[in-house]
Amino acid sequence: MTPRSRTPPARVPVAVVVLAGVGAALFVVPLLALLWRTPWALARQALFAPEALAALRVSLVCSLSATALSVLLGLPLAWVQARTEFPGRDLLRGVTMLPVVLPPVVGGVALLLAFGRRGIAGQWLEAWFGLRLPFTIPGAVLAETFVAMPFFVLTLEGGLRSADRDLEDAARTLGATPWVVFRRVTLPLVRPSLLAGAVLSWARALGEFGATITFAGNVPGRTQTMPLAVYAALESRPEAGIVLSVVLLGISLAVLVALRRRWLAVA
Amino acid sequence: MSLRASATVRRGTLALDAALEVRAGEAIAVVGPNGAGKTTLLGVLAGLLAVDAGRVVLDDVVLDDPAADVFVPPERRPLGMVFQDQRLFPHLSAVDNVAFGLRCRGQDAETARRRAREWLGRLGLAAEAEALPGALSGGQAQRVALARALAPDPRLLLLDEPLSAVDVSARAGLRRELRRHLEQFAGVALVVTHDPLDAAALADRLVVLEAGRVVQSGALVDLAARPASRWVADLAGVNLLRGVADGSRVRLDGGGELFVPDAGSGAVLAVVHPRAVTLHRTRPDGTPRNVWRGQVDGVDPEGSRARVRVGGTPALVAEVTAAAVAELGLAPGVEVWVAVKATEIATYPG
Repeated sequence: MTPRSRTPPARVPVAVVVLAGVGAALFVVPLLALLWRTPWALARQALFAPEALAALRVSLVCSLSATALSVLLGLPLAWVQARTEFPGRDLLRGVTMLPVVLPPVVGGVALLLAFGRRGIAGQWLEAWFGLRLPFTIPGAVLAETFVAMPFFVLTLEGGLRSADRDLEDAARTLGATPWVVFRRVTLPLVRPSLLAGAVLSWARALGEFGATITFAGNVPGRTQTMPLAVYAALESRPEAGIVLSVVLLGISLAVLVALRRRWLAVA
Repeated sequence: MSLRASATVRRGTLALDAALEVRAGEAIAVVGPNGAGKTTLLGVLAGLLAVDAGRVVLDDVVLDDPAADVFVPPERRPLGMVFQDQRLFPHLSAVDNVAFGLRCRGQDAETARRRAREWLGRLGLAAEAEALPGALSGGQAQRVALARALAPDPRLLLLDEPLSAVDVSARAGLRRELRRHLEQFAGVALVVTHDPLDAAALADRLVVLEAGRVVQSGALVDLAARPASRWVADLAGVNLLRGVADGSRVRLDGGGELFVPDAGSGAVLAVVHPRAVTLHRTRPDGTPRNVWRGQVDGVDPEGSRARVRVGGTPALVAEVTAAAVAELGLAPGVEVWVAVKATEIATYPG
């Protein structure tokens, strides 16, 4: 009979175990409470209420538009940051990174001062193109892009830095112009980062609250997104707020599952 | 139709300062110790690096000339390059890898794929056309890389250690195939290698690079006869003879023949170590199967030994003791008998 393989018992300080347990409980207890207190009987009714459906629609439109805008503008930005050398590049990277750490409400105020009706850029947008951003859907998209795009840029920049430059050189020796190299070699190589960055920025845009309410307002049926609807509902109809929260929780879990290979797997 | 290059490049600690001239249809091997600047030289010719000073001219077209402010980027050079690590595009199948260059040179997708398949067929990879690079063996991947470089019909073919990533069992076959393609190749070919066997098999001429400078250039036999440095002496220290085998008999390309244990049939390289070559004033009796007459061309003493260059068919270098030089009166012009035991000769498919 072969003896059972043994490993020395791990010795972990008790204090560490206790604190780790408290830390985990901090995440687990509120989520359990949310599920525990969800009035499942009222779920259908709350979910299909006109305000809820409108908020869901506004949220999807705005967050998906913000994601598309983040990819469109963030891809070149990430490429410039990863692949070119110029004075002030580190400064640019810092500015790109800022919305990640900036309180979103400050971002909203800054957007108002820039693109508001009397903002330094907003007044020209209105005078030349008749474009009015504050308290509109495009305004909500802009606010969400402001907050979400850095997640896309940071993820993709990492992907571009670790992509094999030698393969790009090989493509050039085969006659590929810089644009062909980018499209047929670089982009396929960074596809995983691109997808992860897009999903991450979409999740961030979907949950956006501070910048959106400051810049785009909270007009039900027009600029009220899901997080704003949750907040508004808690005042009058708490059960509806809880149901909408569970919907957002479900979406977040789906994102986490979709990206689990990237962040949860240990090599 | 030719390549003329003089390149001065400073990259970190390496200062490359080399001049090179290669005729169209000629294949040269660039050899030298690690860090000598071989890969840097290929990078300059490919346009992945620019020269700080100098000039690169291919077929009378100036590719790089800082004095005239000319630099043609790699994608506009008529170039094919095989990398040591192959660098196949991991997301494209073998056939799409080979078609890549054809597409970039303006062929439509269908034509490019058809010609790519032809090239894969020529290299014995018809069955692997749809495979992704990750599923190929080292030898197969190197063949795909070769097909990819040759397919667009380049004027300048650069091969960076094309055989070093291939395992020993596949090496001889690939070396022979590579030689066949280089013989048919009409443009300028440069092979970087650290293996004298590869250099002798693939190239008409060797260029030795040491510390960024060309220290010697010529056929391997010339290098062996008058090594310009310790490194060249080590590299070219063995006699390498090219020929066609028929069982135990090898008819040498340069005239003469050798008896060997068994070389199979077809093109081979015979390797004779100078220490295995014996010299005699009278015809030796006994077992050596290979005995022929020669004439001493030169004697280069090296401590207690001497390298003796002997003309004849074939010409060889023998290593003998200084005492033997005195005893036999070896000096330029002296007639000698040369003997090599058949068992001292190693042959490789070439």
